[in-house]
Amino acid sequence: MTRFVIPLVLFVILIVFLAIGLGRDPHLVPSALINKPAPDFALPELRQPAKIISPSQMRGKVWLLNVWGSWCPACREEHPFLIEIAQSKAVPIYGLDWKDKREDALAVLSELGDPYVLNISDFEGRAAIDYGITGAPETYLIDKQGIIRYKEVGQLTPDIMEKKILPLVRELNR
Amino acid sequence: MLASLPVFALAKEAQSSASDPALEERVMKLSKELRCLVCQNETLADSRADLAEDLRNQIREQMRSGKSDKEIVAYLTARYGKFILYNPPVDPTTYLLWFGPFVLLLAGLFMLFRYVKQRRELIVEQPLSADDRVRAETLLKSDHGKETA
Repeated sequence: MTRFVIPLVLFVILIVFLAIGLGRDPHLVPSALINKPAPDFALPELRQPAKIISPSQMRGKVWLLNVWGSWCPACREEHPFLIEIAQSKAVPIYGLDWKDKREDALAVLSELGDPYVLNISDFEGRAAIDYGITGAPETYLIDKQGIIRYKEVGQLTPDIMEKKILPLVRELNR
Repeated sequence: MLASLPVFALAKEAQSSASDPALEERVMKLSKELRCLVCQNETLADSRADLAEDLRNQIREQMRSGKSDKEIVAYLTARYGKFILYNPPVDPTTYLLWFGPFVLLLAGLFMLFRYVKQRRELIVEQPLSADDRVRAETLLKSDHGKETA
């Protein structure tokens, strides 16, 4: 009897592991930066390139850093929801315009609307590497002390916002 | 237009390696040990993804400024996590990966050993009792009888 039971049990265990493996998205690399200070940068603002932005200017605020680019279709899809968040005033969104051209980015913002408080132009992608970005869109939640508290790889959705980000924002704003 | 494309690519490559072949070799060597985060089954050296190119540039720059390979790897793992290492490091999260096969091998050997031992005990010759002998003989006879019939 055990002759058949043992292989069967092993087989079932294998199937369970494979099923879990299939259900997971390999692109969801755990961020090494959660609960670490947001990396510093000093980059020009998109609309006013003379203005240099660095994360230290956002101290005392809980804010979202949303990585996007005019070349990125998923960002375009995410855009209307970002506008919704901006209108709800739940949390300010700052953009990191990644590997983009200024004209293209400005064109997208005037076409689809601008949910961002301001945009950081990272056209060479240096800040992106410091933030461990693997693709766009990606969104970081950064607290008042400039510590990264959460990272979402891929588009923000109402579900993620309700269940993960907003509760954290409330807690961090307390 | 299309025909000129490969030439373009060649020219670009030649230029970057001509600038400093030793440095370029070091960049490629280190990139082979790092994972491209866009196409995850490729090394950073093989990938043509934009991000891979940016990362190679970053590595090149840091090498130029005199950083050691170890420092550069530490810089990248601080940002992208251990996932960026193409060869998984030996640490508690990867013990199963590194030592699991050996554990399975040992378990297999143990089971094989036990099985063989059991079998050996089975084939030890037991002297037949008188009753058994009689039974065996009648069985053999009846068998023989059937064959000839």
